[in-house]
Amino acid sequence: MLHVSASPHLRDRVTTRSIMLHVIIALVPVIIASFFIFGLAGPMLFVFSAAISAGFEALSRMIMKREQTVGDLSAIVTGLLVAASLPANTPLWILIVGDFIAIVVVKQMFGGLGDNFANPAVTARIVLAVSFAGQLASYSVADKLLGIDLVTRATPLMIAKEGSQAIPSFMDLLLGNHAGCIGETSIAALLAGGLFLLLTGIIDLWAPLTFIGTTVLFTWATGADPVLHLMSGALILAAFFMVTDYVTSPTTIPGKIIFGVGAGLITGLLRIYSAMPEGVSFAILFMNILTPHIERWTAPTALGGVKHAKK
Amino acid sequence: MKMNLLALSRSIHPKDNKNTVGMAAIPLTGFSKVTIPLNMQIGPGCEAIVAKGDQVEIGQPLGKPIGPWSVPVHASVSGQVASISEEILSDGSHAEYVTIIPDGLDTVSPLVKPPQIETKEDFIKAIRDSGLVGLGGAAFPTHVKLDPPADRPVDTLVVNAAECEPYITSDCLICNNGAPEVVEGILATCKWVGFDRVIIGIEDNKMESAKALKAAARAVKDDPRWPRDGISVKVLKTAYPTGAEKVLIRLLNGRIVPEGGLPCDIGVVVHNVSTLHFLARYLKTGMPLVTKVITLDGSAVATPGNFEVPMGAMIEEVIEKAGGTKTTPGKIIMGGPMMGIAVDDMTRPIVKHNNAILIFDEKEAELPEESACILCGRCIRACPMRLLPMSIDKAARGLDVKELNARHVQTCIECGSCSYVCPAKRYLVQNIRNGKALVEAAAASTEKGGKS
Ligand code: SF4
Ligand code: SF4
Repeated sequence: MLHVSASPHLRDRVTTRSIMLHVIIALVPVIIASFFIFGLAGPMLFVFSAAISAGFEALSRMIMKREQTVGDLSAIVTGLLVAASLPANTPLWILIVGDFIAIVVVKQMFGGLGDNFANPAVTARIVLAVSFAGQLASYSVADKLLGIDLVTRATPLMIAKEGSQAIPSFMDLLLGNHAGCIGETSIAALLAGGLFLLLTGIIDLWAPLTFIGTTVLFTWATGADPVLHLMSGALILAAFFMVTDYVTSPTTIPGKIIFGVGAGLITGLLRIYSAMPEGVSFAILFMNILTPHIERWTAPTALGGVKHAKK
Repeated sequence: MKMNLLALSRSIHPKDNKNTVGMAAIPLTGFSKVTIPLNMQIGPGCEAIVAKGDQVEIGQPLGKPIGPWSVPVHASVSGQVASISEEILSDGSHAEYVTIIPDGLDTVSPLVKPPQIETKEDFIKAIRDSGLVGLGGAAFPTHVKLDPPADRPVDTLVVNAAECEPYITSDCLICNNGAPEVVEGILATCKWVGFDRVIIGIEDNKMESAKALKAAARAVKDDPRWPRDGISVKVLKTAYPTGAEKVLIRLLNGRIVPEGGLPCDIGVVVHNVSTLHFLARYLKTGMPLVTKVITLDGSAVATPGNFEVPMGAMIEEVIEKAGGTKTTPGKIIMGGPMMGIAVDDMTRPIVKHNNAILIFDEKEAELPEESACILCGRCIRACPMRLLPMSIDKAARGLDVKELNARHVQTCIECGSCSYVCPAKRYLVQNIRNGKALVEAAAASTEKGGKS
């Protein structure tokens, strides 16, 4: 039997699944670092969240009677990112609510991977932070290496806002040895993951660079400590894993630049002028909503053609 | 996989699989029959001038052109005309074939003699009589390209030696062994059509060919037909689709063909190396286009190689004579893997613009399953025409003619790069083609509506 199909007859090896697998691998250093900073609670949250998300994905596809997509691994990525945005002492039920919001509400109710307009993990983080402000107000770290007991501490950005204590040293910021969400404190681990994604061609530099650059410049221009703002909070996590999310960020280079600069500006504004210490999630959600418009503004001109008609 | 920090590329890098490089073209003869289509070109073809039972000889015309674009077709073997048959193809068009049963004598027709050329008109007529069409794959009649309208003066001849499709090495072979003839074809064209400069574009995975072409050009520097600004060989980075006409022109001299336009709109004519090589030979011998060098390769082929086959030979017989297959074929492709056409019928004939037959085994022929677009932007980065393939795909699936036009669907050159890179394995090119058809149908119906 001869197959007859339209050209091309060659396909690249990269698949949606292989891309997601790369992102999961890129998060491994972060998961490992969480163990040293937050004790067993760190990796456990990651693993639970990934499993719960995969479960929600499989279930919702079954209930909606649509083809099963859990194998594309995107639910696992989302699960890991939801966990990454929570403190180590998050109760399990809040984690489950977070995964439900991310996978069922934001992703599957809008049609599944590719059709969600907002980043599931970012949206879940915002909903949880707003709904369970009391439960998620305290950030804990392990009291000693491999310790089971968690002690509550203020995050560097809280310290910066309130000015009550000394901010952690540069080294502690780099290694992530301070309070915060389990996936965002260790800059070194995040950089390792980000570098891996860059080297394997999964992401490019435009959005991360403009996002980080704008935030740092903005905080520096307003007289805040740019190094502290660079190295604490969700900035680096978001730069490599959230503003680079394919589905919810622009596809063209000018679009990526607009997205990065916009998200950086909003982050800086919220961090410096709002009551909240952190503004990364809101900034990204806002830019997610703007993305379809950015896509239209930045549509490339066909070679030899006149400008794409705008709708 | 490679780094992609700035995501600036507009090309892709499939494995080039040029396994047959350097293999000389082995002539295949002794076919049981040849079936020659009367139309092997873009535009209308010929009308039969032979009848069943006629004795024909190699090089004898079988059909006469029916329009200014048409070129004749010639007998590729000597023998008896067994039938003139008609077939309705899957796209609804009619195709006519002359089937010849060879007598095995390979007698050459007395009509085959070098053309006498005194004027440009003679030259254009001779090219047309030779049955020449663009041998790179487009099958655009060469005499039309060489005679652009008076309001479109051309100054640059671009020679396409890029051969960017994986597997195919027939052009490379022509450059390695026939560079002097390629240059002779260029000089003849310069003399009669008049170009200021000639740029030969070739990829850097064929340095031997590039050297041969350079040497051949240098050897004729003092020829009176040498163009004013010379003949240069430009080596380009190997990437797909460097050899796509519009891409090649931009890479070689920076000019951009306007949307919906032709290279002659910007003063350029593009010819494939094999076209010019044939042209030189024809001027010398008068033997029209009756054979073709093709690359036979792919995972199911027993002995990959280059072969010279008579026009109209059946694919099945070509494969058999060339060494056969080593496993069950899963897919047979006429042309390269990126733009070639999958055939459903092994009895189809070799035609003028065929440059390869690829046979994939069952595994390689398997079609990937499509999943949702994840908006990764890979197709955009791959598109040489700066389109948004995923948006065109969406518009085509939604039958949205307005959006298809807004997304410049007609600019697509169907290079296949977008489908190649898509991690969701979407059938982008297939849908883009449907989109083009939709737009054409819509345009035709408004035209009709306007008239009635
Ligand atoms: S390459 Fe495929 S998945 Fe990526 S944007 Fe294009 S169509 Fe979508
Ligand atoms: S849209 Fe057309 S021109 Fe662009 S990559 Fe796809 S097939 Fe090639």
